[in-house]
Amino acid sequence: MSDAETPPETEFDPVAPNTGEEFEPVDVFPDSDDFDLRPGADSCYKCSTCDTNCPVAEVDDDFPGPKFQGPEQWRLKQSDDDHEIDDSVMDCSNCMRCDNACPSGVPLSQMHNTARGEYVSEQMDKLSVEYIRNRILANYRTSAFLASKVPRLANFAMNFGPARWVMEKTLGVTSERDFPAFAKQTFRDWWADRGGQVQSRENAKAARKRRGLPEDADKKVAYFHGCYSNYNTPEVGKAMVRVYEEFGYEVVAPEQKCSGTPMFANGMLDDARRHAETNVSSMSELVDEGYHAIASCTSCSMALRQEYPELFDIDGIDKVAENTFEAVEYLRIHEDLKGEVQAADVDGDLAEEFAYHAPCHSRNQGLDRQAVELFRDLDGAEVEDVGDSCSGISGTYGWKEEKYEKSMEIGEEMFEHMEHAEGETGMTECPTCAMQMEHGSGYEIRHPLELLEAALVE
Amino acid sequence: MAIESEVLVIGGGLGGLTSALAAAREGADVRLVSYKQSTLRQASGLVDVLGYTPDGDGPLTDPYEAIPSLPETHPYRKVGVQTVRDALSLFDDAVPTYEGEHTDTNALLPTHGGSIKPTARYPAGASAGLASDTRDTLLVGIEEMVDFDAPHVAAHLDATGVPFDVRGETIRFPGDLRADAKVTRYAKLLDTNSEVAVRGRMVPAREALAQRVNPLLEDEERVGFPAVLGDDNPGAIRDTLSDHLGVDVFEVPMGPPSLPGLRLEDALFSALDEAGASIETGNPVVDFDGEDRIEKVFIEKNGAKIPNSADQYVLATGGFVGKGVESDRDGVYEPVFDCHVPHAADRYDWFEGELFGDHEFARYGVATDGDLRPLDASEHNEFENLRAAGSVLGGYDFAAEKSGSGVSIATGYAAGQRAAQEAR
Repeated sequence: MSDAETPPETEFDPVAPNTGEEFEPVDVFPDSDDFDLRPGADSCYKCSTCDTNCPVAEVDDDFPGPKFQGPEQWRLKQSDDDHEIDDSVMDCSNCMRCDNACPSGVPLSQMHNTARGEYVSEQMDKLSVEYIRNRILANYRTSAFLASKVPRLANFAMNFGPARWVMEKTLGVTSERDFPAFAKQTFRDWWADRGGQVQSRENAKAARKRRGLPEDADKKVAYFHGCYSNYNTPEVGKAMVRVYEEFGYEVVAPEQKCSGTPMFANGMLDDARRHAETNVSSMSELVDEGYHAIASCTSCSMALRQEYPELFDIDGIDKVAENTFEAVEYLRIHEDLKGEVQAADVDGDLAEEFAYHAPCHSRNQGLDRQAVELFRDLDGAEVEDVGDSCSGISGTYGWKEEKYEKSMEIGEEMFEHMEHAEGETGMTECPTCAMQMEHGSGYEIRHPLELLEAALVE
Repeated sequence: MAIESEVLVIGGGLGGLTSALAAAREGADVRLVSYKQSTLRQASGLVDVLGYTPDGDGPLTDPYEAIPSLPETHPYRKVGVQTVRDALSLFDDAVPTYEGEHTDTNALLPTHGGSIKPTARYPAGASAGLASDTRDTLLVGIEEMVDFDAPHVAAHLDATGVPFDVRGETIRFPGDLRADAKVTRYAKLLDTNSEVAVRGRMVPAREALAQRVNPLLEDEERVGFPAVLGDDNPGAIRDTLSDHLGVDVFEVPMGPPSLPGLRLEDALFSALDEAGASIETGNPVVDFDGEDRIEKVFIEKNGAKIPNSADQYVLATGGFVGKGVESDRDGVYEPVFDCHVPHAADRYDWFEGELFGDHEFARYGVATDGDLRPLDASEHNEFENLRAAGSVLGGYDFAAEKSGSGVSIATGYAAGQRAAQEAR
């Protein structure tokens, strides 16, 4: 008789507890500053729903998708010390749609950001054209800062054919796109000329009086305008200020740098951290004084709310995340915005039918339906949703020569829907989505705050 | 202040969506909030009402006939047969691409595992595949999609005694997609009918697919594919394939991520949008204010708590899988409002030793009164303005009975309609 036929006596019962009273979960990987792909990976049960949401995987057959980039890559790394991050991680556009898809709450975008950070810091050749190009694209604020000093020259030079041909050949920046125009006057210059915080306090006080609110009401917000509304579309920043003042809020525009979104997407986590430190420090001081941080760009609010606390450990970072809001969202929570919009109407320039596209980063904050639902009852304007596809540009992604085609293929569905929509003016909260919408349809693109200003501000 | 509505529905699955739709059609100002995207992406897209009795008898021919004999605790008994019928009418109206409303009798549909499932409503794309249909069938598997092994599925179906001959063949999908391509890749390729290379010649994808299947077809009168035939234009794709093959084409529902589930999700969200409801997904409800009445709930966004207030609330957060019911070593609980979940005190009474045994946990969920309001341990209403719908409810085992969608639709409809009436 073999041993197999008479198993040794054992207490083991498959349905009885076998961990014992003394079971203690072990901290397998003690705190360390190394890149760690682990958080949440064990919750992934491979349902692949994230993959069906990935706009890149939908058009790019070589991209293995979010499930591979996150939890699977973590497992490979754990079972093989020499496993390196797969270079396909650079094809992820950081739209973060996978986060919203996962029924188990696996923080996929955090894993991708971490993996990309490790790939860039440890595997990428710092002298390669790709690295240099990505770094220039990711540090858009620096280029924009310089360009804004000479906006007319910059607008000409950046779209000067031969120069763009050279940029494509040497740096891999596509020559298919038009560079966004730089404003003649930045938002911050306008803000300073207008009288800054002192003037805003006056305006807010006057509005409170007009509305019959106590003059000393504690209504104050710190505006995170981001690079784009500062250098390129100051009209969005101005609309934000005017709308908030109309509701009696005093606005401040604290010192700030790039939110870091293009840096996360390119794995430049050191650059991102430097900028985040400035932003967190100025915002957290204001939060202590009772301010809330308000952003008009949904990628900026996404960065402050989610990516900062996921990736960095900076003093005050959680406090800033908890007190950051998207500009329209904040008013929906604290004011009777719906009622005010229902009672209002628009005429003139903004009495339009808008083809609205919800940016992926607004989707992740649960704001993708906000503009459509808010303006439903506004007389004089119509806002039509052009569907849930990704615009395809994803910040710097669509600017890369090798990604341009893919970016347009992803955007195809949105372009078609825009064409079928009634309106010939586009609307979105995201500056780069706006760029793509304009590029693919030729429409002029506005921000919901501009419509809100037209409706509510005298 | 808070974000306000008359009826606030928590949960974006079939129960939550039906509930919001019923309330909106009743004229209420409705807001639906869901932690993540709808779990319909995980669903087959088939709408079962009742396939088997709790004792395992079945498949049932007429589900409505069996409802009055269900145990009193069963959600169908709380709402009654007429409500189940009314709720399905609402569904039929909102999702016109579904079939099965012409009869009370359950349809029998082949599954991707090769079994036969009794179901009440099914997508038009599955209708040519009915197991009661006697036409001979060819199942076509795709080499890279290991979830659907066509010869194996055919053998299983044959063993169930279906009244037709069935055979399985496996092909390479045209277009050389990667070995583990996403289901959306296949769908997109067929939706756009993009050209793919076939023996050096460029051919539209639908035609190329038909060309792969044509030589395999013998005298079968219908061909079944795994459910990858398009996301936006499934009808047009089936028509093109039918024309090229000269036979009817159908899809066999697949596991998650499921295209029929995605299409159903799209249809219900558009119906909800048309009815004027507000929808927000991406963040969980984590807390609430109120004692006997719920005053407001809080949605968490990375630490920020966004207040949402309403007159009436519907809890449709799902069961154990959807995380609307959770358990730990101390017990079973409902995490949002901490509603009482009746369960055995000893954890070892929650389940059976056998994998497919009669597990008690499968029936765990909140208990309600006849108005679907959750009850506490002493059988009093937890809150006067809260109703529950869908798999968060206890007293039934949807997996064994094949009643998941039907209970979600029926209780969602009842809860939404009553909430709206009370909020008016």
